[in-house]
Amino acid sequence: MSIWEYANPKRFMQTSAWALPWVVGLTVLCLVVGLVWGFFFTPDDFRQGSTVKIIYLHVPSAMMAINAWVMMLVTSLIWIVRRHHVSALAAKAAAPVGLTFTLIALVTGALWGQPMWGTWWAWDPRLTSFLILTLFYLGYIALWAAIEDPDTAADLTSILCLVGSVFALLSRYAVNFWNQGLHQGASLSLDKEENVSDVFWLPLLVCIAGFVLLFITLVLMRTRTEIRARRLAALLARERVG
Amino acid sequence: MEMKVDNLAVARGGVTVLEGIGFRLAPGRALILRGPNGVGKTTLLRTLAGLQPAVAGEVSVPPESLTYAAHADGLKSMLTVRENLDFWAAIHGTALVGAALRAMDIEALAGRRAGDLSAGQKRRLGLARLAVSGRAIWLMDEPTVSLDTASVAAFVGMVRGHLATGGSVLVATHIDLGLAEAEVLDLAPFRALASVPRGGFDEGFG
Amino acid sequence: MKALLIRDLRLALRAGGGFGLGLAFFLLVAVLVPLGVGPEGGMLGRIAPGILWVGALLACLLSLDRIFALDYEDGSLDLLVVAPIPLEAVVAVKALAHWLVTGLPLTLVAPVLGILLNLPAGGYGWLVMSLALGTPALSVIGAFGAALVVGVKRGGLLLSLLVLPLYVPTLIFGAEAVKRGAAGLEAGGALALMASVTAAAVAVLPFAAAAALRVNLR
Repeated sequence: MSIWEYANPKRFMQTSAWALPWVVGLTVLCLVVGLVWGFFFTPDDFRQGSTVKIIYLHVPSAMMAINAWVMMLVTSLIWIVRRHHVSALAAKAAAPVGLTFTLIALVTGALWGQPMWGTWWAWDPRLTSFLILTLFYLGYIALWAAIEDPDTAADLTSILCLVGSVFALLSRYAVNFWNQGLHQGASLSLDKEENVSDVFWLPLLVCIAGFVLLFITLVLMRTRTEIRARRLAALLARERVG
Repeated sequence: MEMKVDNLAVARGGVTVLEGIGFRLAPGRALILRGPNGVGKTTLLRTLAGLQPAVAGEVSVPPESLTYAAHADGLKSMLTVRENLDFWAAIHGTALVGAALRAMDIEALAGRRAGDLSAGQKRRLGLARLAVSGRAIWLMDEPTVSLDTASVAAFVGMVRGHLATGGSVLVATHIDLGLAEAEVLDLAPFRALASVPRGGFDEGFG
Repeated sequence: MKALLIRDLRLALRAGGGFGLGLAFFLLVAVLVPLGVGPEGGMLGRIAPGILWVGALLACLLSLDRIFALDYEDGSLDLLVVAPIPLEAVVAVKALAHWLVTGLPLTLVAPVLGILLNLPAGGYGWLVMSLALGTPALSVIGAFGAALVVGVKRGGLLLSLLVLPLYVPTLIFGAEAVKRGAAGLEAGGALALMASVTAAAVAVLPFAAAAALRVNLR
């Protein structure tokens, strides 16, 4: 069976209805274990004290903020190339979730930055990039909201997502060029463990898994809602025609 | 320069409104589309003009052979009548402005700004643009709106001249143009019965 | 295509075309900022590159929604699609016309406003050069944004929201080039990066904009 069968709204609804309880359960499990472990059962950092524990929210949400955009890019491409409606609706469903992750990353970053750097906000390249990413999310969501016809909206937002991705990358490099920054570098890369020791790293991994699952849960639920809304619109259109 | 349409279905706002349309439009022939308001005449014309995709079926026309006159005339009110036509003549690479002005009897208005014209005069200018395009197939959507009897006669004269030189016209209209040689296609029988919205959203979810 | 360029320029220059609005706005920014931040010359000189670039960018934004909206409303856009020039070329020509009536005049008056803002002597050459190479990108990116929102009634604010994030790389590199030039540092790198953003935008975005227009005309 081809993977594209899930692009059929009916198949998608059936499969997601079956999968959703499992995904929700796993999400709750990972988040509870990861956050409790991270917040209460890790030692305080010798330099940063207990403020460091905000990484259990900050790092996973920052990762998902970017991954959500990448997922939107992929689903937009699928829509443009293969015209699967579920794909376009999944991109639409993911945008507010991604925006929320971006905002969580910004807010937790500010809360962390205050004790560490002595300021709520600095025009550091990473922070600035995330602020710009927020603008991209806002523009994308606003364009979806502004256009009535759903297929037109799907096409235009997909084009915007493609062009926006290129410009988001460009902005990232431009911002680096513009200010070298004070953000700590490698705490989040998976292959360099020397910066964050194992005691912190394992619960962080669980939290990241939890955030990924949370994203999947929310996108599945929101996509299901979008599909139901489309079905409703289809029924109303049919009724109007008679 | 024959236009062939086979088994065409067109949609407006995601709902198929007409289906199974087929006709031939040979050089020198005129075809009049009739049908009640909302049947999909404008949608059909826009689909034939290539402005929107067909739901099903085929339209075959030689490339760059048709032009389209919609409800909106595409006039720039800040430009004069002649400047408006000069622009479209330059875009299409023709030199037919003088003839078009004569055909629609607006030579006297050539130096006037399009914004200062009456509704009927604007319409005449919009129709003169068809002649300026030099294209063989003219698609027209209610061309006679706000025209008086004399202007309708001038318009029919221009259409006859176009037909005589091997052109063809497709007109959506609900008035009698007095174009006796034209064939008439009533769109009412082609109304789509079961309109299926896009993307399979009409299926039950089971 | 020349005819389209001439028509757009003529429409912009005749009464009601909105030519000069952007320039007036640019002048206002250069007058208001010193009133806001104070007359101290050293401070003004330091922020002048950023102010001039942000001012030029916002001035460009003012007239973007006219690029396609007017032609969409009066039906000419439909007719241009049916006409024998590719829609991509229509977009490129319209962006060029927009640049000729906004970006180019902004570039030419920028040195005068630089004097008002006490821009250091080393910055003028870089200011003119960066605006000359950067404002075409603003027009093309703006044309892309305008093509996206052409079907939206009163889409001006939405257009700003879509276009401003796309302006970020041009703004950063452009202002950086002037800043470095004004400080007597090497500014060619920033200028080259900005020019490549412009080149890429001019090469690719007309296609994206034409695709968006076709979707909107359906």
